[in-house]
Amino acid sequence: MAVSSSLYLPFEKPIYELEAQLSELEANSNGKGVTDEVRKMRRDLDNLVRKVYENLSAWQTVQVARHQARPQSSDYIELIFEEFFELHGDRAIGDDKAIVTGFAKLGDYRVLVVGHQKGKNTQERSERFFGCAHPEGYRKALEKMKLAEKYGLPVICMIDTPGAYPGIGAEQRGQSLMIANNLLEMSRLKTPIICTVIGEGCSGGALGIGIGDRVCMLQFAYYSVISPEGCSGILWKEGDSHKEEAAEAMKLTSKDLYRLGVIDDVVEEPLGGAHRDHRTAAWNLKSVWLRYLREISHLSGEELVDQRYSKFRRMGVFEEASAGGTT
Amino acid sequence: MNQESLETGDKSSGNQRRPKRGVPEGLFLRCPGCGATLYKKDVERNQNVCPECDHHFYISARDRITHLVDSDSFEEWFDNLRSVDPLAFVDRKSYKDRLVDERKRTKLNEAIVCGRAFVRGRPFVAAITDSAFSMGSMGSVVGEKLVRSIEKATELRLPLVIISASGGGARMQEGILSLMQMAKVSAALAKYDDAGGLYVSVLTNPTMGGVAASFASLGDITLAEPKALIGFAGPRTIWATVRLELPKGFQTSEFLLAHGFVDRIVHRRSLRDELANIFDYCRLKPKPSK
Repeated sequence: MAVSSSLYLPFEKPIYELEAQLSELEANSNGKGVTDEVRKMRRDLDNLVRKVYENLSAWQTVQVARHQARPQSSDYIELIFEEFFELHGDRAIGDDKAIVTGFAKLGDYRVLVVGHQKGKNTQERSERFFGCAHPEGYRKALEKMKLAEKYGLPVICMIDTPGAYPGIGAEQRGQSLMIANNLLEMSRLKTPIICTVIGEGCSGGALGIGIGDRVCMLQFAYYSVISPEGCSGILWKEGDSHKEEAAEAMKLTSKDLYRLGVIDDVVEEPLGGAHRDHRTAAWNLKSVWLRYLREISHLSGEELVDQRYSKFRRMGVFEEASAGGTT
Repeated sequence: MNQESLETGDKSSGNQRRPKRGVPEGLFLRCPGCGATLYKKDVERNQNVCPECDHHFYISARDRITHLVDSDSFEEWFDNLRSVDPLAFVDRKSYKDRLVDERKRTKLNEAIVCGRAFVRGRPFVAAITDSAFSMGSMGSVVGEKLVRSIEKATELRLPLVIISASGGGARMQEGILSLMQMAKVSAALAKYDDAGGLYVSVLTNPTMGGVAASFASLGDITLAEPKALIGFAGPRTIWATVRLELPKGFQTSEFLLAHGFVDRIVHRRSLRDELANIFDYCRLKPKPSK
């Protein structure tokens, strides 16, 4: 997939330079078929992309997760599901466009999809508050999930948000309560829930649709208690000037979260990140979701809720000291 | 936060270098509510509330327990849990060192004290966060102690009272594990609710971020101390996003009451009577025999 040059990430520069050379060479070799030189350069390019992406720092991963050409919920909905039957509104305040919800068909399964949507252009982004949901967004997600529970539909959540919206109206309408309520209700929803961080998974805004029987992340997504910029501002007290260190310190990459036991799987992205190949990213995601559905869709509501409780109950690392010292 | 601690200006600020403000050291202190100069002993006798204007000062979890529950009725639980440093986190200071300093400074092992107690002869499970310890933030230990307390309350069929004082929300130094405590505690509250439990959430200054967005907001009944700061995003973050002047009294207990998120605003002095009263109205049903 061609990525506009205005969206190049700084560390991708050598990749795009070599890509430009390659296309020039390909253009010049017109009619001569694929020359050895072209073949070699293609190989070099693959190796370069692999090398760059194998060694991304935490901050570079955050940049990839935020890439403007990275596929969003709407792209995966388009590429993965056979149908999307959108449902709007929270039945109390309004229709928050930062979270989309609707019925969809995934292979033989009918499911409910819930996903943050950041928006693709300036107008869409401002309508959707860059994927930062208000209380009514979390309420809308929960209303639709309860509908799914009633009719036994599995729920698939796609997380992609820089955080819940920090605004006056959001506080007036109970941002804390709506997120908290989703955590509580999702933990006892008697239907299968699959959660995937597809891009940014930031703070309570991400967790608000993140309680599931299976939780996974795309390879270059990140999932964190607070944004690197926010952490830098609070702990280093110098604005966002320490965001790179903060990103590193918080251990927010998919590899870290897998190691910490917070996610079940890392879903591999195509070479050079999902933004370079939406289709492959979607394909990989689809196969993981289908596997999850095969694993959990036959379980009863009670079994699901019990297993989900145990899953989150285990999270956390601490020591238990006895009278004689720590154990 | 909480520069108005009764001890010293920096008791709970987490910043030892900050100069002490006002005249809190020694015998007198200045009330940030009415500006009156107060005899410290008078304030302490009044549960750290200004006798002139009812301004609610910071109160430690242990002092609160002393004032709130029937004398000698508190049985502490799970104080043997210790935070570790799962991420080897270092900012300007290592998390390991921070923990050592916080323990020394506050004489607490963690930012929460849990146990069973009685008010006016009525038993209940109490969990109280202390904003002096790492801003009252929730890491793995706070989450675990809460969940164990909630599970105990479920098992013993006792009412549950969680008093929140947390400006820190989820503890950044434990990264994603802290965020997951929000999920874990909320899930335990769901089970407690399914079992017919009664959870009274008491919000005090400050209750923010991940604490507000999880257990603090999930009470069957929600009480708040007067003029506490309560909200999801910090006022500075909101200002930086919307660039609008924030309304007067924004994110205070009174603001939450007006918007329908708090049942009652309760003076610290009245809390024990109010809790006893609530326990009498909302009696837990005996366990259904199978």
